[in-house]
Amino acid sequence: MAKMHGAVVVDVERCKGCNLCVAACPQKVLELTPKTVNTKGYHYSQPVKEELCIGCASCAIVCPDGCITVYRKKEE
Amino acid sequence: MTREEIIKTGDVVYRKPELLNDTPMHYCPGCPHGVVHKLVAEVIDEMGMRDKTIAVSPVGCSVFAYRYIDVDWEEAAHGRAPALASAIKRLWPDRLVFTYQGDGDLACIGTAETIHALNRSENITIIFINNAIYGMTGGQMAPTTLLGQKTVTCPYGREVALHGYPLKIADIAAILPGTCYVTRQTVDTVPAIRKAKAAIRKAFDYSMQGKGSNLVEIVSTCNSGWKLSPEKSFEWMRENMVPFYPLGDLKDTGKE
Amino acid sequence: MAEKEVSLIKGNEAIALAAIRCGCDGYFGYPITPQSEVLETLAAQKPWETTGMVVLQAESELASINMVYGGAGTGKRVMTSSSSPGISLMQEGMSYLAGAELPCVVFNCMRGGPGLGTIQPSQADYFQTCKGGGHGDYRLITLAPSSVQEMADFVDLAFELAFKYRNPAMILADGVIGQMMEKVVLPDFKPRRTEEQIIKECPWAATGRMGRKNPNVITSLELQSEVMEQNNLRIQEKYKKCEENEVRYEEYKCEDADYMIVAFGSAARIAKKTIALAREQGIKVGLLRPITLWPFPTKEIAKLAKNKKGILVLEFNAGQMIEDVRLAVECKLPVEHYGRLGGIVPDPDEVLDALKKMIK
Repeated sequence: MAKMHGAVVVDVERCKGCNLCVAACPQKVLELTPKTVNTKGYHYSQPVKEELCIGCASCAIVCPDGCITVYRKKEE
Repeated sequence: MTREEIIKTGDVVYRKPELLNDTPMHYCPGCPHGVVHKLVAEVIDEMGMRDKTIAVSPVGCSVFAYRYIDVDWEEAAHGRAPALASAIKRLWPDRLVFTYQGDGDLACIGTAETIHALNRSENITIIFINNAIYGMTGGQMAPTTLLGQKTVTCPYGREVALHGYPLKIADIAAILPGTCYVTRQTVDTVPAIRKAKAAIRKAFDYSMQGKGSNLVEIVSTCNSGWKLSPEKSFEWMRENMVPFYPLGDLKDTGKE
Repeated sequence: MAEKEVSLIKGNEAIALAAIRCGCDGYFGYPITPQSEVLETLAAQKPWETTGMVVLQAESELASINMVYGGAGTGKRVMTSSSSPGISLMQEGMSYLAGAELPCVVFNCMRGGPGLGTIQPSQADYFQTCKGGGHGDYRLITLAPSSVQEMADFVDLAFELAFKYRNPAMILADGVIGQMMEKVVLPDFKPRRTEEQIIKECPWAATGRMGRKNPNVITSLELQSEVMEQNNLRIQEKYKKCEENEVRYEEYKCEDADYMIVAFGSAARIAKKTIALAREQGIKVGLLRPITLWPFPTKEIAKLAKNKKGILVLEFNAGQMIEDVRLAVECKLPVEHYGRLGGIVPDPDEVLDALKKMIK
């Protein structure tokens, strides 16, 4: 089976740091920024192990604020 | 394969529905309202009803729903959304008309409007967000608050002698001859969200097919009111809310 | 021109029949004496089969007025009717309608209060109608018919004014006008506007976007005080225009009169009889009948009062409109009140006695 590669793009300014995407990710790709915050003062979600992302979109589906766009590409 | 490559050449698997505009939502972090808003926006666009939808927002946390989903809206007085929707649908029968209400709005001050609109078999859908608390006003007891649950107006826990019993609106709706489809869903996991979306789609389809009134209850959370993190709130919901408000279809006469 | 057909009908029936004829899109109501004939007549007429007008019996007055809000928000011509206690229940909705700047017509066939009161006629809702009723700074354009003919004529007029100013309009009648039968020429049939016409005439309405770039939102909510103040100022500006342009009144035998009666609705009819009796006895009395209770004919009363010796305000209440009459004449001449309460309609003789008492 061809391997799927995913990429997650977080709209940092929309993110409220609720952590639901972090919890929903089966590959543990995402984490909240430990130190930096966005202009609203939230620690925001960022992909930290992006090589593990399979593009399943779980993070984006559970995101209440529609911050996440997910891309996927099949390995040729 | 690099991240840039995937973004540039890959397929978009998920992005915020177009009908949900870029206005940042006022909801607390992790509030399920946002998820349900996304589902509603997706369903309206999938039905091609963007231009023919008239939605009604309540008083409560979702009072500003009209800021986020780019369809025409009317904002109702507290509890009266089903009365507005009844009139709108009768006057514009080919429009998709739905209300979006919380438990304080729908199950308390607006119980009469809810029950009567449903039982008149108005061809509308009521989307009912049940988080067992008044969120907007600061976490007061709602008619749906569980026995033993603590809120700022039942700080020692809801008890029957003082506050009576929690109200199961969907169960009442299901026994009304006027309702077509009554279902109880939640949005805590990916599969649950997919099911909730299918339920909203079914309800909207039935209302456009003139099959009667539809109630989609979303068992939800209130992180701020419950004083729990979003994840812990979902855990509490699964442990306490779902046993009392069991998930699934309570009635579906539309498929017959 | 063909001769107009004359019907003998009740005031409440006239409201219903006029609504069907003036292109009304929807009526939402709840039974209450003494106005139930409005809903009953509409139900019997079945206008949904002819003009396409929606008629719905709601579960309460709260639901009725909010159905009206819903329909008005879509640009449709919608109305409701009730009587005093039911109108009290509708006050929240009236405030929301005025706040969201929605046009609609509300008919109040007044009965005696307070509380459940009586089912007999009264004019005790003047304060409620003209001085607010609901919360916030708003006004109701208020028409006070004094005949069944005016009941029929004012439905269309109320809709015209409501749409012109995007504000609720009230037809304020008492139980006498609602229940009595008179000869009426009903207004000509006017078709309901098409969907396209509504979308064109009401670009603000929530009709579904139908290709419009931005969504329309009907709401009275604005949390930013600066913006909310601007919203209020805009509404007040509108009310000022309404006060300048929409005052309506009837002047009757005022020219040579030494005294003036100010009365509205069926009280004005009694006043006319009193005037006839008084003039037989050599007392020159005239009548000013405000047709619009808001905007109130303040300037007109002040002008007419200049050469008068006194004003008697006749109302079926404990003295409500008298406050506006006193303000109008700025206490430059005596202004007395005569009224009966609890659903009692005064007879012309007792009004004459009150007039004589004032003169003495």
